[in-house]
Amino acid sequence: MRKEDVPQDDANILEGKFKVVKYAVNENGDYVVVPSVGWEPENVALEQAWDVVHENVADAKKKVLAGESSTLAYHMEVNMMDAALLAQHMNLPARTVKKHLQPSEFAALDKALLQRYADALMITIEELKKLPE
Amino acid sequence: MSEREIVVPFDHQQSAHCETGVISNLMRFHGLRVSEPMAFGIGSGLFYSHMPFLKLNGIPVTSYRILPGHIFKRFSRNIGVEMKRMSFRDQDEAMRELDKVLDQGLPVGMLTSVFYLPYLPKAYRFHFNAHNIVVFGRKGDEYLVSDPVMDGTTTIHRTALIRARFAKGTPNTNGRMYYPVKVPTDADLKKAAAKGLRRVARDMANTPLPMFGSKGIPYLAGKLRKYQEKLGDRRALLYLGNLIRMQEEIGTGGAGFRFMFAAFLQEAATLLDRPELREKAKEMTAIGDQWREFAFEAGRMVKGRSEAGSSFATLADRLVAIGVMEQRFFKDLARTS
Repeated sequence: MRKEDVPQDDANILEGKFKVVKYAVNENGDYVVVPSVGWEPENVALEQAWDVVHENVADAKKKVLAGESSTLAYHMEVNMMDAALLAQHMNLPARTVKKHLQPSEFAALDKALLQRYADALMITIEELKKLPE
Repeated sequence: MSEREIVVPFDHQQSAHCETGVISNLMRFHGLRVSEPMAFGIGSGLFYSHMPFLKLNGIPVTSYRILPGHIFKRFSRNIGVEMKRMSFRDQDEAMRELDKVLDQGLPVGMLTSVFYLPYLPKAYRFHFNAHNIVVFGRKGDEYLVSDPVMDGTTTIHRTALIRARFAKGTPNTNGRMYYPVKVPTDADLKKAAAKGLRRVARDMANTPLPMFGSKGIPYLAGKLRKYQEKLGDRRALLYLGNLIRMQEEIGTGGAGFRFMFAAFLQEAATLLDRPELREKAKEMTAIGDQWREFAFEAGRMVKGRSEAGSSFATLADRLVAIGVMEQRFFKDLARTS
């Protein structure tokens, strides 16, 4: 890749915070580092990965509203976790976390356990118990 | 935790990749100048593997480099750097130890999860637990951070740093931290570069098992050809998108580390006085350009805007061609290195 061909396709993925660097050859054929704000295929692939996350969150929300899942299931998806990963953060067996994804089981949790879930998901207990506005 | 403010005079330089960037920056602090491509080459970082049996987020792992952490290990071995490595069960102990080393005036490398690094752009913050950063100071509860992929230094709150250091998943980060305790000032860079080069060439040319080394590329091509019929449109495109990300996303310097490796070959040509390596660098650049073409076509497919005639089969053909080029390239390099 030549220096002048380093793509600058800005999809605001870097939020203007910084540019990444790519390696490319200059007019003398020497490698140099060149800042880049992004490249279309990369942006597209990243967007695709986020679409999956957003779909999972939307699905979880639907299930909460339909009374099929607890709000814990929603916040777990927001944190891009599955029950196995959340279980690791909680130091609980995955099947216990799965149980708590059911509304009735979740409603019966004591404050201490709710606080641990809230900490693991970086929110407050109040936030954990509801969907965001 | 000591209350004293501490700022280690650390010269941050931006790099394409976190691990090689941390190596380059830490070595410079300890008086050894190696560029990022040189660190990558000496650490024999370039590789290729496609592992259908190993999945992350339900998608088979494809990698253009050796395992995380191993570039540092090989680099240290080849140069004769002694590293102190530690991991922790207890979070407070992990932070105490960090403070202690900072108080000695030393910058500390550590393993983090990008999901828990608030200073990074949101779009990059997936559960990727193998991101290397350097902490080089502390002001109250704020730690000073040199994240090699950023153009400047930044800060992170103690609470956030603890989360990032103790992320769970693949792998658990376990508060892992490391710092050089002995860096040779008279390191034999020539010998180390030649050794790193040989290792890459051999591993790319000769690793047995179909999924590793340059023949892993046509191996993936064979799988890719059948993605649509085996997985259906949606998953096939997800697999394809993941390939693009592994190849091009932040950290590879472009074309799945191929350009960074070409930059290493160029430096090695001068260092080792082997002008033919400059020609090899040119060849590698051309191969890298083919990888970019592949990503470009794949990106159009993911976006649903592919040209007529573009398909998983044409993409697989591209990979086969790249595979042939890399096999020839590394066989030749292995013979002459």
